[in-house]
Amino acid sequence: MQSTANFLSEFLAWLPHVSLAHFLILSAILFALGIYGITTRRNAILVLMGVELILNASNINLIAFSRYGGVNLDGQVAAIFVIILAACEAAIALAIVLNIYHRFQTVNVDDISTLKE
Amino acid sequence: MQLYDAVFYLFALITVCSAFIVVFSRNIIYAAFSLLFTFFGVAGLYVLLSADFLAVTQVLIYVGGILVLLLFGVMLTNRVINVELKTGTIHTVPALILVAIVAGTFAGLFYSTWKGTSAPNTTLQTTTPSLGELLMTSYLLPFEVASVILLIALIGAAMMARRARKPVEQ
Repeated sequence: MQSTANFLSEFLAWLPHVSLAHFLILSAILFALGIYGITTRRNAILVLMGVELILNASNINLIAFSRYGGVNLDGQVAAIFVIILAACEAAIALAIVLNIYHRFQTVNVDDISTLKE
Repeated sequence: MQLYDAVFYLFALITVCSAFIVVFSRNIIYAAFSLLFTFFGVAGLYVLLSADFLAVTQVLIYVGGILVLLLFGVMLTNRVINVELKTGTIHTVPALILVAIVAGTFAGLFYSTWKGTSAPNTTLQTTTPSLGELLMTSYLLPFEVASVILLIALIGAAMMARRARKPVEQ
């Protein structure tokens, strides 16, 4: 009990002063939401939105470490490359989704199982 | 609590709440539009982390490019006129357990490791010139490779997305 109370008071004292861990925990929440979106959504485009959430979470991490580890710009350059690849991924994936729609008349990922049959 | 902390919590609230809507909303259009607010919130966080160039890039590319692309996808692959914009979910419970484990592990790890790290007291300046310099010196090869990948991806996407042309009649 004592240790729990200690932890709680320490946590409440930590909460209003923004540190590196605040940004990291925020990105962890975004990452978890992105994974939830990818695993539960049936529509392929919403799965893509989950991927975008995950990429944003990783970008927050990169930039937070770049800021808090001295202002070192390497993390920001990495974030730029992540954004570039996200743009590529969105374009290609949407082209694939459009082709799937023309062929199957649906974009529900669990209806497209011809390879399994 | 100072202004910086208050602004952080404002942007964090915007980001997390709209991300919740993206993931849990049953209407695809609502999900797509709340993704807009997520991207804006993340851009605000970049400003707080003194990454001004990346904040602008985030707004330009994510909001102006990727989000519009996703909306195009939504409009082209759903019967908008018959209002069939709802979408179902599958295996919700295992996903919730997985996500709780992932988020709890990460949050505990981050909290216990970096809770004391505060921002170093350096004078902050605009990052654009130094980023450009880095891209043209240490990161020249990745920069060129990325631009080639972007070109290939765009050509490939354009080729895949258009309908197959009918064979020319002799």
